[in-house]
Parts: sequence; C-alpha cells; structure tokens
Amino acid sequence: MAVNSVHWFRKCLRLHDNPALQEAVNAAHTLRCVYILDPWFAGAANVGINRWRFLGEALEDLDNSLKKFNSRLFVIRGQPTDVFPRLFKEWKVTRLTFEYDPEPYGKERDGAIIKMAQEFGVETVVRNSHTLYNLDRIIEMNNNSPPLTFKRFQTIVSRLELPRRPLPVITQQQMEKCCTKISENHEQLYSIPSLEELGFRTERLPPAVWRGGESEALDRLNKHLDKKVWVANLEHSRINTCSLYASPTGLSPYLRFGCLSCRVLYYNLRELYMKLRKHSSPPPSLFGQLLWREFFYTAATNNPNFDRMEGNPICVQIPWDQNPEALAKWAEGRTGFPWIDAIMTQLRQEGWIHHLARHAVACFLTRGDLWISWESGMKVFEELLLDADWSVNAGSWMWLSCSAFFQQFFHCYCPVGFGRRTDPSGDYIRRYVPILKDYPNRYIYEPWNAPESVQKAANCVVGVDYPKPMINHAEGSRLNIERMKQVYQQLSHYRGLSQLASVPTIQEEAEPPMTDESQTSTSSSSSSSSSPPHPTVMDKYKPKRPTSLDLFPQLPPAGTQVCVCVCVSICYVHVCLCVCFRERERERELGCV
Amino acid sequence: MKRVRLVNEEDGGGGNSGGSKKTLKRPFKERRDEDLEEESASWECLPQEIMLHIFQYLPLLDRAYASQQEVTHVRDQREIHSDYLEIAVCRGWNQAFHLPELWRCFEFELNQPASSYLKATHPDLIKQIIKRHSNHLQYVSFKVDSSRESAEAACDILSQLVNCSLKTLGLISTARPSFMEVPKSHFISALTVVFVNSKSLSSLKIDDTPVDDPSLKVLVANNSDTLKLLKMSSCPHVSPAGILCVADQCHGLRELALNYHLLSDELLIALSSEKHVHLEHLRIDVVSENPGQQFHTIKKSSWDAMVRHSPKFNLVMYFFLYEDEFGPFFRDEIPVTHLYFGRSVSKDVLGRVGLTCPRLVELVVCANGLRPLDEELIRIAQRCTQLSAIGLGECEVSCSAFVEFVRMCGDRLTQLSIMEEVLVPDHRYGLDDIHWEVSKHLGRVWFPDMMPTW
Repeated sequence: MAVNSVHWFRKCLRLHDNPALQEAVNAAHTLRCVYILDPWFAGAANVGINRWRFLGEALEDLDNSLKKFNSRLFVIRGQPTDVFPRLFKEWKVTRLTFEYDPEPYGKERDGAIIKMAQEFGVETVVRNSHTLYNLDRIIEMNNNSPPLTFKRFQTIVSRLELPRRPLPVITQQQMEKCCTKISENHEQLYSIPSLEELGFRTERLPPAVWRGGESEALDRLNKHLDKKVWVANLEHSRINTCSLYASPTGLSPYLRFGCLSCRVLYYNLRELYMKLRKHSSPPPSLFGQLLWREFFYTAATNNPNFDRMEGNPICVQIPWDQNPEALAKWAEGRTGFPWIDAIMTQLRQEGWIHHLARHAVACFLTRGDLWISWESGMKVFEELLLDADWSVNAGSWMWLSCSAFFQQFFHCYCPVGFGRRTDPSGDYIRRYVPILKDYPNRYIYEPWNAPESVQKAANCVVGVDYPKPMINHAEGSRLNIERMKQVYQQLSHYRGLSQLASVPTIQEEAEPPMTDESQTSTSSSSSSSSSPPHPTVMDKYKPKRPTSLDLFPQLPPAGTQVCVCVCVSICYVHVCLCVCFRERERERELGCV
Repeated sequence: MKRVRLVNEEDGGGGNSGGSKKTLKRPFKERRDEDLEEESASWECLPQEIMLHIFQYLPLLDRAYASQQEVTHVRDQREIHSDYLEIAVCRGWNQAFHLPELWRCFEFELNQPASSYLKATHPDLIKQIIKRHSNHLQYVSFKVDSSRESAEAACDILSQLVNCSLKTLGLISTARPSFMEVPKSHFISALTVVFVNSKSLSSLKIDDTPVDDPSLKVLVANNSDTLKLLKMSSCPHVSPAGILCVADQCHGLRELALNYHLLSDELLIALSSEKHVHLEHLRIDVVSENPGQQFHTIKKSSWDAMVRHSPKFNLVMYFFLYEDEFGPFFRDEIPVTHLYFGRSVSKDVLGRVGLTCPRLVELVVCANGLRPLDEELIRIAQRCTQLSAIGLGECEVSCSAFVEFVRMCGDRLTQLSIMEEVLVPDHRYGLDDIHWEVSKHLGRVWFPDMMPTW
C-alpha cells in the first residue's frame, strides 16, 4: 500500500533537526508539507503586524527550501479540525506527522486531531523537537510537579542525560523518494497569505529589523558562534548601551518560531565552549536563555490557566488595579518617562527588546508603578514581541510582577535611574523618542526636571510636546511596596518587620519524602471554601495556624482569617518571629506535595 | 453538609474538639438509613457551644451554607442574599449563624467591578451586619480598591456603626490610596463615630487617609487608656502637634508609624517619658514631595532618650529620597534597626550608615550608582554587629568584597537577597563559584536571586 505522508508545520518552521519531518519522509511514496492558518481568525487574533510578517517570511523561506527539492509548502486556510478530514480524503493520506506541542492549548488541539486521524485510519507520528528535554520527564523527576524555582529546575536538568543530538537537515535524496506532483494551480490554492490578506495596511511599513526564516536563523547562528570572544564574555556579560539594540546575532525570535532548533543551538554552544576551554564541561550559565525557556515550558505544560491570575494555582492573587487609560499610555509609550517610552516604542517598531528592558517596563506596569495586572502587559507583549511564546511570556510576566516563583519584591527598577545606569548618554532614548533628541544628557531621563529654558532650547516642552510623567515614581513605589507586603504577609502570616523575610521562599532542594504525618497537618487556616482537590503550590505559602504567634488571646482562634490583617502588627520579639517563620516554612514544605 | 464533614475531617484544633467529632460523625454513618426529618432533628440537637466551635473554623460563606438547606446558586459572598439569611431551614443552625461570637471579626471588602479583580462583600450582608451585628463587631477592617466609591462606601458603613465598640480598626487601600479622594469632612465624621463610640480601641491602622489633628484629639479623648498601635503613614493633614498630643496622652502606645515630617524631638521625648510604656516599633517613612526638599534633623539626645527608655525598640526607616536630599541624615548616631532605601542612594550615604547605625538589623538597598559598594559593605559588616538581613538590588559589589562581607557576618545573616547582576566577578571569584564560597560562610546553601534572561 502506498504511504502518503502529510507533515504539519506548526512550531518548528525548519527542515533541520526536524524528527517528525524525518518520520514523514521515511519510506513514504508522497509527502506534502502543510501549514494551516485561518485568515479570518488571524485578523481577530491578538498578534501584531511584525509577528505576522515574521511568520510570513518564515513560511516563504520554507517554501523556497522545499522548491529546491521539487516540492512546495501547502498553506491551507481554515481550522485544523475542518481542514484535515478534507485533506485526508483528497490526498489519500495514510500518515500524519507533527512535532509535539507541550502547551496546554496545543495538547488539547492535537489530541482531537489524533483522534480524528484514527477515525480516518491515518497513522499519526508525533516527535518532540521544540524543547531540549522531555518536559514530562522533568516533572516526573520532581515528584510529579513542575519545579517552581529556577535553581531546582537546573538541579533536575543536571541529573538528566544530555538532550538528544540534533538530526541533520532533510536531504535531496530523502525527498526524491517521496516526490509529489505539484498542481498547476498550487499558487492559487496554497499560497502564503500576504499581510494585506490578513487585514493589515502595509503602506509606510518600515523594513523589518528581524527577517524571518530558517536560512536567516542559520546565518545568524554562524555569526553568533563566530564571535569567539562572546563565549568568554558570556560568563560576565553586563548590559551596556549596545545590548539594548537589535543585534544581528540575536536568535530569540528564531527559537520562538522554530526556525532554529534549540538543540542545534545547545550543541553548537557546548562544542564551541569545549573547544575554547580545552574540554572543560560548560557551566549551566552558558545555556541561560535556553534553560529559562525550558523552565517556563515545564511550568506551563499542565496548567491551562498559566496565562491568568484566576484559577492559576501557582499565581499569587494580587489586587491589581483596572485602569485602561494608564495601560494605553504604557502600551503606546506615552508614560512621560523617556526610558519606558523608548523601550515600548522599540518594541512596537521592531518586535524585540533586551531582557533588562523587558524587566524595566514590566516592573513599571505592575508592582513598580502603575499596579496594573501582569495579564494586561502579557497581552501587549503577545501582540508585539516576536519571541513571545505563550509559556515563556506568561511565566516571565508572573516572575517580573512577583506573582509566582517566590520572588523578592523589594527591588523595583527605577524608570529613571535604571536607564541611566545602562546608557548614561541617553542615545537609546534619542533614537526611539526623537522629540527629546536635543535634551542635554543630564535631563534626558527626567525632562520634567529640566528648567524651562532648557526645555525651550531643546524644542520640547514637557506637558506640551512630550507628556508629563504619569506617576510620581517615589510615591507610587512606596505605595506598591506596601501593597506587596500586605499580600505576602497575608500569605505567609508573617508579622515581623523584615521586608526580606515576608516573602516565603521554598527550599525545594531539601525535598523531604511525603509522610502521612505531614499530610494531616496541612489543614487549618485555609480561607478558600472550595479547596481544590489537589494541594496547589499556594499551599507552599500557607502556613500552619500560628500557635506561638497568637499574641491576642482575646481573639477567636485563627482560621477566621480576617483577624490577621488588622491585629497583625504588634510583633513582640522580632528575632523570635524569624525563627518561627522559618520553622513554619519547613513544616509547610513537609505538608505540601 | 458535605462542607461540614470536610472541616470535621481536618484537624479541629483545640483539645476539646474531640467530643464534637464523635457527635458529628455518628449522624453521617446513619444518614442513609434515616429519613431527612430525623436527621435534621439530630443536627438541631447539637449543643450551641459545639456549633459555635465548628462555625469558628468555617469561612463566612460556608457558615451561610451550613445554616441553609438548599443554596445551590451561592457561589461567592456577592451572592449571599439577605433572603437566604432569613430562611430558617434549621433553626438551630440559623441561630448559630448569628451567634455574636462569630461576628467579632469582620473584613469588609469594598470593590468596584470596573476597577478591581477582587470580589466584594455583598451589600445585603453589609446591611445584615449593621442591623444585627454591629454591636458584636470588635476587630474590623475595610479593604478598598482604588475607586473613590469604595472608600466612600467604607465611610458610610463606619458612620452607621454607632452602637459598636471596636478594639481594632484597619482602613486598608489595596491599590491606590482611595480614602484620600473622599471629602475630608465625610471621612472625619465617619471616623469620629468610631472613636467616640469605641472606648477601648487598641489598634488603629489608617495609613494614606485624610485624618487630621482634631479627629486625633477625639481619639485620644476616648481611647487614650487602651491605644497600643497607631499606623498613620502618609496622612498629610496631621501636624507634628497633632501626633504629639497622641503621644502625650496615650501612654500605652507601643507601635507607631508615621512620616518623617511628623517626627520631632518633642515627640521622641514624649514617647520616652516615665509614664509611657516601652515603645516597641517606630516606623518612619521619609518621602520627598518635591526634588531638593530640605529635611529637618533630630537631635542625638532625643534618640538617646528613646533608647534609654525602650532599649529594645525597633526603628524602621523607609527612605524614598533623591540622592541629593540625604544631607541631614546619618550625620549622628541613630538607633535605626531596619533600613530600606527605596530609591538610589549614594555610596557616601551608605558609608555613613556604617558609621552611625550600630543597631542595624536589616538593610535593603534598591539602587546605587555605578561604583562598587565594597568598602561600604565591609564597614557595615564591621560596625553593625546585629545585622542579620541584607538585600541589594541595582547596585554593584565585587565578588571578593561580597565574600569578605559574608565571611565577617557569618551565619547571623539569615536573609541574604542579592540580585545576580549585583555581583561583579573579579580575579578571585567568578559567578559560578561565588555561591559555594558564600554558602560555606553561611553554613547553608545560598544562591543569588535571578531574573529571567528573556
């Protein structure tokens, strides 16, 4: 019987290191590579023009590479569940291949497709290639829950065998065996949609700073590795002005769209390091960004609510403000803080910003200044940021807003000082907020403090040509630190003065085995009336009922959680509290799965 | 009823819960055989003390559930409807719901759907409380979101609490300080209702509110014997004289939080008078309203008087200043124990901290200039022998100096929160080996804090 393969491109838009594609060509008589896209949905989706352009270019590059093998890319318009039954019949498909999608939405969609394929008698082959490791294996090694601190994650990963070696690029020879006739009207039926077709206006669209596609990714990889000094620098790479600009060796958008295999990058880095460092084994910091990506993918893979606060077991519930005007000012770069506005402008124009710039704007929007939910910020990034994976985007926002992963919250990036430390001359601001270009260095980060004469001389009067700062940072951050403390004190029932101690940290390293004893002691002061059936990570924040801390004997027993926050603050012996707190922490840890 | 069982299965807490467990379990086992009437009868027979005990462990919502039969639609507080509260499905349980002991503590959550993600206490429940339980309330807090309406609603409730006697009151803004947007007269009249009626208020938390001197006088006139805690950071309508009046007459005050502009030598002397109990906490927020603001100084002799009177008191100071405003601070010895620099602070000032803060326990530096803080940290390690917690944000310290700092402090450093970027590798230590070195001196595993490189 003839083997008619269809390879479904989704997250891995490449011909190198693509195990599912290898499976597709294996002993196949025909092969068609498809990409499914719903132009109607595309218009409605929260994805900006730069991301569509990048995707379009990546698809074009795939198509061009396939042309060299006398094949083509079939871009099918529609929804996968509608499209596949038609294709199965039309092309007499017997095998469907695609890469494993670890994200909850993708898993659900793929489950439905696999079931449907079964009904049509089509064999499905799924291969893992978007992440370095098998995420389920990491979770399994961490007592069946995803590690929630990066350190813990690194520890687990260091116990795993190295990631699978990347596979070579598909060859002419392999492709010849399953050469499929391309119909005359291919262009008409299966062409890559233009930006216009997707509903974008393209006049006055500046050229792309990041060009999509596998070829570009591999070019960049070589340049990336050519910088031999780079590895040497990597170990103490410090941000400077240059790091703020889009770099011709930047790779993150290519990893996002799978134009570059993370394993190829991994092994290239590793080998280069070992060559330069005489075979010493590379430190984990070498793979920093790759591992962060992996970390967030692992945290998200079984959590469909990973991208929201409500119903998300790992997310601290914080009483954020809803303030659409303030959000719009932030998103459009009209905050009146040149550093923030420059970053948001760069993001909108080019689709990429440096990670410290991300920290700056995320902190400003959430816990630092505006006290607006990280979910709103995440959605803006989703629209504009080329490398915004669902998991990594949501995870980073939770991290940066101190909503998860046990972060210290005392440190807020200052929207004036942080930029100035990074780029003292302010050239970055002059480039992205050109109206401020004639400001002297001294005032470029805080133009509102410039004397009127200076503002006039620079042809930009604050409040007229450039907005006044939308918030008093000192006041805002003072309030917000207090709010954060409120939230965390309530979680931890910590009543001491110490700012640093009020954030519970977990020592996942210790990892004690579960005992029945500890299970019985987890109840008590839970406030939720509908306790979830499984203990959640929030339990890690939940203390036992404070026994030694009951300083108000006239109070009803704790458990009536309301008393805690008013009567809190008379704490008698601070040091003693610290000790109690730590003990409770340990107990809590014992008590949670 | 299922919920009750759940609680029962959990650890009941106190020693006398053993009896109640047995009483409760039996009806469940027999449940299948008995008809409903009998069952409800047996439930009704529960002694009220036991019911109270059970109810104390239930959140409000579950209490409402338990006191009714079929409440299928109630999902959150918003939906607890007064009608439900009135239905006496099981009289005993319903009575238990209204037991005064269960209404001593209450947290009003006032949020507008447009400005907050949080749920609000249902208006009907608020009405019920005012009608039936206001004289039971003792420990009350109001959590309001950033909208003025919520703050006004809180004031409205306060002004209706005419027959209550509160022990603690907290007005808490969960987002922006919305009480500041309420007309001052409205706020003051609501607050004074509580002050006048509660003759034994012991804790009062009114940060970021328009409280003023005359209302503090009312507070003092009615509650001077009982007041132990007063938190009023960022209350711009209070003057130094206003707070001095509190300190002069409330001799039991043990914890006080206020802004620096209210701090005076006279206040410190008043707090250290013989009649006054030992102060335990004093929190001072130093905030600059406009750049270049001049700050007054506090005499060393006043601080000395404080330390003599209350040798163990904690002085917590939060600084939100521009670098050039630190002139008057840390010139003389100051008994500060917890120091938090929310904005950039100069190397020079941190140098002075090492010289003038011998009682320092916790130090947090959010940001500093570009020059490493090596000598400053080492001096702090030398001079501040109580230091047990330190946090560094946007600063720079060379790895060697940091290791030296940790070595000098040793395992008394219980909290060590350092951003990874702070540590500058040098000839002796790189980033990959510093955690070993530091862990060694601390006697426990330590890592710097990291941010995702994404």
